[in-house]
Amino acid sequence: MSNERHDLAVIGGGPAGMAAATTAARLGLDTILLDEQPAPGGQIYRNIEQLTRDGDLDLLGEEYRRGADLAREFRASKAAYRPNSTIWQTSPDGRIGLTGPDGARMIHAARILLATGAMERPVAVPGWTMPGVMGVGAVQALMKASGVVPDTPVVIAGSGPLVYLVATQLARAGCTVAALLVTTPGSRIAGALKELPRALLAGRDLLKGLAWMNEVRRLGIPTTNGTSHLRIEGEDRAEAVSYGADGARKRIVAELVLLHEGVIPNVQLSLSTRCRHVWDETQACWRPETDEWGATSEERIAVAGDGAGILGAQAAEPLGRIAALDAAFRLGRISQVERDLQAKPERAELARHGRIRPLLDRLFHPAPESLAPTDPDTIVCRCEEVTVGALREAVRLGGEDPNRAKVFTRCGMGPCQGRMCGPTVSAVIARESGHSIQEVGTYRIRIPVRPIPLTALADLVGDEEGLPPGGSTL
Amino acid sequence: MFRRLRMPDGGVTIHVDGRPIAAAIGDSVAAALLAAGITEFRTSAVSHSLRAPHCMIGNCFECLAEIDGLPDRQACLVTVADGMQVRRQIERKTA
Amino acid sequence: MMKMSPGADAIVIGGGLHGTCTAIHLALKGLRPIVIEKNSVGRHASGVNAGGVRQLRRHPAEIPLSIAAMDRWMNLGELLGKHASMCEFVGNIGQIAVAETAADMHPLEERAAELKRMGWMHEELIDRDELRRLAPAVSEHCIGGLISRRDGQATPYLTSQAFRLRALDLGVRFEESTRVIGMDHGARWNVQTSVGAFESDILVNCGGAWGWQAAAMVGETLPRGHFASTLMVTARMPHFLDPVIIGTGRKLSFKQTDNGTVVIGGGIFGVPDLEKETADPVAERLRVSAQTCSILFPVMRRATIVRAWAGLEARMPDDIPVIGASQTAPAMWHAFGFSGHGFQLSPIVGSLLADLIVDGKSPLPIEAFRPGRFNEGILELDPTAA
Repeated sequence: MSNERHDLAVIGGGPAGMAAATTAARLGLDTILLDEQPAPGGQIYRNIEQLTRDGDLDLLGEEYRRGADLAREFRASKAAYRPNSTIWQTSPDGRIGLTGPDGARMIHAARILLATGAMERPVAVPGWTMPGVMGVGAVQALMKASGVVPDTPVVIAGSGPLVYLVATQLARAGCTVAALLVTTPGSRIAGALKELPRALLAGRDLLKGLAWMNEVRRLGIPTTNGTSHLRIEGEDRAEAVSYGADGARKRIVAELVLLHEGVIPNVQLSLSTRCRHVWDETQACWRPETDEWGATSEERIAVAGDGAGILGAQAAEPLGRIAALDAAFRLGRISQVERDLQAKPERAELARHGRIRPLLDRLFHPAPESLAPTDPDTIVCRCEEVTVGALREAVRLGGEDPNRAKVFTRCGMGPCQGRMCGPTVSAVIARESGHSIQEVGTYRIRIPVRPIPLTALADLVGDEEGLPPGGSTL
Repeated sequence: MFRRLRMPDGGVTIHVDGRPIAAAIGDSVAAALLAAGITEFRTSAVSHSLRAPHCMIGNCFECLAEIDGLPDRQACLVTVADGMQVRRQIERKTA
Repeated sequence: MMKMSPGADAIVIGGGLHGTCTAIHLALKGLRPIVIEKNSVGRHASGVNAGGVRQLRRHPAEIPLSIAAMDRWMNLGELLGKHASMCEFVGNIGQIAVAETAADMHPLEERAAELKRMGWMHEELIDRDELRRLAPAVSEHCIGGLISRRDGQATPYLTSQAFRLRALDLGVRFEESTRVIGMDHGARWNVQTSVGAFESDILVNCGGAWGWQAAAMVGETLPRGHFASTLMVTARMPHFLDPVIIGTGRKLSFKQTDNGTVVIGGGIFGVPDLEKETADPVAERLRVSAQTCSILFPVMRRATIVRAWAGLEARMPDDIPVIGASQTAPAMWHAFGFSGHGFQLSPIVGSLLADLIVDGKSPLPIEAFRPGRFNEGILELDPTAA
């Protein structure tokens, strides 16, 4: 093992990671936060420090300011920080492999806290691989990180709070949102609004969401609810989007189409640890199985924040702190009583932010077509261009789980390592084979969890001392 | 397809397929290319179809480009540096 | 040796290539085989190895089998029918052991001479010009090598599936996710599994890294060595290499597949867990492989590794398999322990076993692989013995 050792390695610099690292350091743990971005903030608070300096927070909304406080507290803490670090290994034995500006190295931690957050659910519709089709979050990231915005009319298609938020953010920045095609049935939205009195206990969160919906209306963005069967048309780039609405098929000319069907936990690293994962029916996603402290079925591995299940940025903070408290307890720095005591206010905060979740999950549950497309020509694996039809054939030949289907079709073998196709492949195989998604399972994820240049691997800093033997010769 | 909200103070110059392009300090290579009006980044492995960034946060691997001599780097995860050499990995199939 | 009647039942333990090939050939002889597989067909070594179809540098005892196997690879349609192309086999690209220095050439020269003495002509020394002609991308400093020109490569998991599909065509039954927990022989074999008991007249143990366990169930002690063999693969790269390359002074097995990805392996150990049935690559050990690639092929400095994996392999003390009748149990045969180089032999071993089982005799010499050799205190075998 190379010389660098820590008590706790936190992977991910978003709200869960920053809160966890700050708390762990305060409790006396030798803590390091590793993140692939150049500055703290994760996705939701991307580039928060620069935006604060430039005074650009108004563009993105009030709640964004919380990230600035978190980042400040983190910077002031004793936690070590390694930005620009691509993490490609987090093993149950505490070994971490990363590539940074100074090359690839192994470090060791007694405990690893994965706080890698969420990713946009890949939305496999016909034509989605063409230039001019992006995720709604992609454009938001561009705006936050670089102040770059569309200068062509945009069509936003999908469901979830983010479609309304980004529509308003784009409009505020002077962009034209030509249409908002909401795939949530109108009746479901109306039904959810009926639950208002009970859901208002969720306070700020819900009002905020309603405010975005209202703003969309106020800005006159043409909105259609209950759209379905989206199809991006074009020769080799996006030219138009067609969709079903009110029993008819409609079409809008568009060079830039933004898709979104909610966010799902980013489970690449957690899957690679082999800790147990479950298919969460409510949120239609895979997530690691965790207890109330974020602990997984692997002793040294814990998960906090959206990476364990989508609860949002505000819930991510208390989850991070709770996991840090548990780490301190398990490493013998605080007693169980002390841990439970300090966790109490965090759990209260967590409960407050969790109240709206069931409503949001029900309201924005993706349509079956979004989870498992039926059109045989729709590409599921973008890297290797594997279609629904090819997957169907693979299942027929015996490829009844993603790992077997992978070898028949090469799905999941490209550079993205199954990030963009994993959930869809599991869902399509489940449908074609008649097994449940849980039974079908996920890709087996191996190191490197992010691609690593051969030259970086050749210069890997890390010794072999303490590694288990490669075999026995009995 | 994209524009900048404001022109960057200071900035760097990167070279894309030999062409100099102005970028802001802190831009990812992908953002700099999009802001400069480049909408096609590479071609896909099997059908050589055009591809461009889809997620901008390092999950889709559509923004792969050769940066400073090393191919297949995720342009959305690399920060621009003055003098950086970027080559797009475009291989169109000949008819 | 017993003669088996048509219609006899056979149980093959293990759904890897050797088990499936055995089932195919027993079915061709009119028996009714069932393959009992604890995971899924091709899940382990058969499905995850490097895919080299290699005659080069085989143990002399394996050479006759390897040559016969290669004949079958070249005519896969005869064995696999319409499933042959699924294997993605490419032959006649050659496999080359590359020499960087005179010190590397020396053992290669000795080997070429030794084989010629034995009457084998398939391994040939090549000089730096020929090496460069065959592999233009090889580093300037390489001075020559040893080549087996007929050698090639295939896709292991697809090959395993092609064998399975052919077996299914022939009426072989597969019981996957079925684990053998015990067996006894009364009038017939009774094999107890996780889903119930199966009966048969004959029993074949193709249990791979777990082969010793099936043997132990009948009171037979066979070596239980195993290891995790690691591989890694790159993103697609422009085509630069036709033959398969192995290192001489260094551990390396290196090939570029048809889709442009480069598969790198060769003697790199991962972490095996026979009980959990997992095998994990170790980054610190992959480092050496990565270094070696760039030394032998400078273009690899542009490569990106997108995946690594490891497979569980049996290992015998003398690095050659166990093939032959059980020493303790009647109507039972073993074929396992290929020690990391069973893939190329997969079209032939099952065929030999079926001949041995049904006709009482193997058409090729397999004495060197007898299970009893571990009790004899003889590890250095005379390859010319019948």
